[in-house]
Amino acid sequence: MRLNLKIWRQKDANSKGQMVDYTIKGVEGDMSFLEMLDVLNEELINKGEEPVHFDHDCREGICGACSLQINGEPHGPDRLVTTCQLHMRKFNDGDTIVIEPFRATAFPVIKDLVVDRSAFDRIQQAGGYISVNTSGNTVDANATPIEKEKADDSFYAATCIGCGACVAACKNASAMLFTSAKVSQFALLPQGRVEATERVQNMVRQMDLEGFGNCTNTGACEVECPKGISLENIARMNREYLNATVKG
Amino acid sequence: MGILDSKVPSGPLADKWTEHKNKINLVNPANKRNIDVIVVGTGLAGGSAAATLAELGYNVKTFCYQDSPRRAHSIAAQGGINAAKNYQGDGDSAYRLFYDTIKGGDYRSREANVYRLAEESANIIDQCVAQGVPFARDYGGLLDNRSFGGVLVSRTFYAKGQTGQQLLLGAYSAMNRQINRGKIKPFNRHEMMDLVLVNGKARGIIARDLKTGEIERHSAHAVVLATGGYGNVFFLSTNAMGSNVMAAWRAHRRGAFFANPCFTQIHPTCIPVSGDHQSKLTLMSESLRNDGRIWVPKRIEDAQAIREGKMKPTQLKEEDRDYYLERRYPAFGNLVPRDVASRAAKERCDAGFGVNKTGEAVYLDFASAIQRYGKEAALTSGMKDADDKTITQLGKDVIEAKYGNLFQMYEKIVDENPYETPMMIYPAVHYTMGGLWVDYNLQTTIEGCYCAGEANFSDHGANRLGASALMQGLADGYFVLPYTIGDYLSHDIRTGKIPTDSPEFDKAESEVKDRINKLMSGTGEHSVDYYHKKLGKIMWNKCGMARNEQGLKEAIEEISALRTDFWKNVKVTGVADGMNAELEKAGRVADFLELGELFAKDALTRNESCGGHFREEYQTEEGEALRDDENFKFVSAWEYKGEPKDAVLHKEDLVYENIELKTRSYK
Repeated sequence: MRLNLKIWRQKDANSKGQMVDYTIKGVEGDMSFLEMLDVLNEELINKGEEPVHFDHDCREGICGACSLQINGEPHGPDRLVTTCQLHMRKFNDGDTIVIEPFRATAFPVIKDLVVDRSAFDRIQQAGGYISVNTSGNTVDANATPIEKEKADDSFYAATCIGCGACVAACKNASAMLFTSAKVSQFALLPQGRVEATERVQNMVRQMDLEGFGNCTNTGACEVECPKGISLENIARMNREYLNATVKG
Repeated sequence: MGILDSKVPSGPLADKWTEHKNKINLVNPANKRNIDVIVVGTGLAGGSAAATLAELGYNVKTFCYQDSPRRAHSIAAQGGINAAKNYQGDGDSAYRLFYDTIKGGDYRSREANVYRLAEESANIIDQCVAQGVPFARDYGGLLDNRSFGGVLVSRTFYAKGQTGQQLLLGAYSAMNRQINRGKIKPFNRHEMMDLVLVNGKARGIIARDLKTGEIERHSAHAVVLATGGYGNVFFLSTNAMGSNVMAAWRAHRRGAFFANPCFTQIHPTCIPVSGDHQSKLTLMSESLRNDGRIWVPKRIEDAQAIREGKMKPTQLKEEDRDYYLERRYPAFGNLVPRDVASRAAKERCDAGFGVNKTGEAVYLDFASAIQRYGKEAALTSGMKDADDKTITQLGKDVIEAKYGNLFQMYEKIVDENPYETPMMIYPAVHYTMGGLWVDYNLQTTIEGCYCAGEANFSDHGANRLGASALMQGLADGYFVLPYTIGDYLSHDIRTGKIPTDSPEFDKAESEVKDRINKLMSGTGEHSVDYYHKKLGKIMWNKCGMARNEQGLKEAIEEISALRTDFWKNVKVTGVADGMNAELEKAGRVADFLELGELFAKDALTRNESCGGHFREEYQTEEGEALRDDENFKFVSAWEYKGEPKDAVLHKEDLVYENIELKTRSYK
């Protein structure tokens, strides 16, 4: 395959960026999208140019490091995959592919396609935990049976990889799906109920402070989420938040 | 004993850890506030250690090269975590887990450390459940278990195929709680470039801010390295792209002995290599061997027809298939330990029975599990005479519930539906049992420098059993290191803050800067990946699943020559004072080029076969590993002396007081 690439290049956080055109030949269907970029980068290095920077690490769809807005969609055209698991067989010879960083005020660009997602960490630090000592001496793990259905729902919410696709997909750059996934994971478990009120208030407060937008229920986040995190989580967080507000 | 003192406490095995904890010095809470600890790496071991240390009251600084601690590669662990809970009532106990681990490691690990690990395992599950880790449960609401290789009980706890993710996010949340309290200061997108010693003690690190390129000094009373394994020395492995040996290797160069570098785990069930562009390999969890049966065609002409695309695996009759693991190892069947399963796959493929284009793949088949589960599901839902189609569909549903995400991952990568046709798998580098030598307290041979998780050598001997890495990472981090380190720190309550303007920090920083300048000033013949791929090929061909004297000697020469070439001709574009992914890679590959040679030297020195270390000269008539307990019942701990060829070997003799040394048999 021969492809035309239009890639966002930006020297650093303070510089102005621009789209740059590249042509790449010999792309195979079995390559992942990032391996295609590896080939491009090898060519750039051999020409003495700086390679295109992008975040990536595990390359098996679980660490959440890779991002990229590909032809206007976070993680590209395939569903339920991250960019590292997107394969070039999804594209055709002669295609033009536009590659940009995830765009959101709360995700400033660091270089090229690399963005700063530390706002997500700060939301988690505000309350995404259960306040239990980590030095052991807790009760036996089977002391509290948990309904399988609830445990499973909690698990599905917990599979969020924190990639930021939900924010990039949302016209308001809202982080509701991300935040609600963690709120839900704990709200569904008896261990998490104890601090449920403060948790949802603190996490939502931080989310707003970071400059993420509001949710207007378009559902784009759920469609683009590589892990299929459900919109139900947002509904659950709204309920939790309302309850917390009533309780004060 | 030489100069290595393992500091294993005396007394009966089962009492050692409790007695030791009773006797070691504690630091009072007020004094802990005056003590700083640096934790490098925020995976299961580092993240959990940082959380507990902060919980106890120490001031903790964490460092990771990723943009968030949540992305450490522990996140990719799939199948599960072992714990001697005996919830299934199938005869499990701490002793049995201890025994299985020692045997699985082919009698090359330290008894006391492994027993402690087994003892703490149950505690981990309690802890994680309290933190809200959503493990799989049965319909009664209790925790579910599955089986892993090399054992005869069900002791593995899991969260679908994302157990590592859930445990890591648990440790990450515990860290977040401490960050919120101001007890942990996180330094993400930072890489440790060197360890700083003051008066022989580890007192800080030099780090590079990967966003700005700035070189920073950080001091502490102790430094914990929890930086994972070095599987990426093979270029292709199941490790993350950024996984590297730099922190451990820098500590090694400063005096920490490196133990058993040649003990590497080649995992039997990975997706086969598809082409030269490949950047990494993807694991298919060992848990799949609970239900998948491994086979190749019995007749070589059938294998050839399959390779040429003239025949489909599903067309081959049952009697024409060779379920070689079930044939060779009737007692453990498809659940033999990883080293045994990997070698058996290589043996079949080398003999010409491989089933993909390159001839390097075997089948992992779920057809009979689908039928078995389908029949059971039909019965339990009251269908007495369900037809074949219904049974197959019900069976697929069960398989999907168990392994859905793995099947999806396979389909995305290979573009074949594993519910309809068997998966193709082949062994790949996965885990490194070797690492920095540590004593019972997890202290390296540098005072004040500790090492936890995969980065140390201590618990898995020559082969790690499945679902034991997560167990070790969390045991070390949550429950072992935070206490043993207190014994050391109790001597530092009057030390006060360690200054960073000392000559030691000056020197370390200027050496780091010199090294970066040197990397940036190569003549520019070849990219970093060019060297990394070359190194990987040497390692895989000569230090991989089977090794021999001649190959290892060649590897040593070749790696040494490649290293010289690298330093002269590597091309690193961009600048040092800004984000530069090529420069990061160059520093890591430079260290792999040293480690790789020591690895080969270690393999050459160990004239026996054990666990994942298979020397072709030392095998039984049936092709099984031939261990030599008389001459090699020791840990190899290498002291840095300049070039890897000059490294000096120290031996820690392994003492087995509680387990009789036997030839490992899974037949």
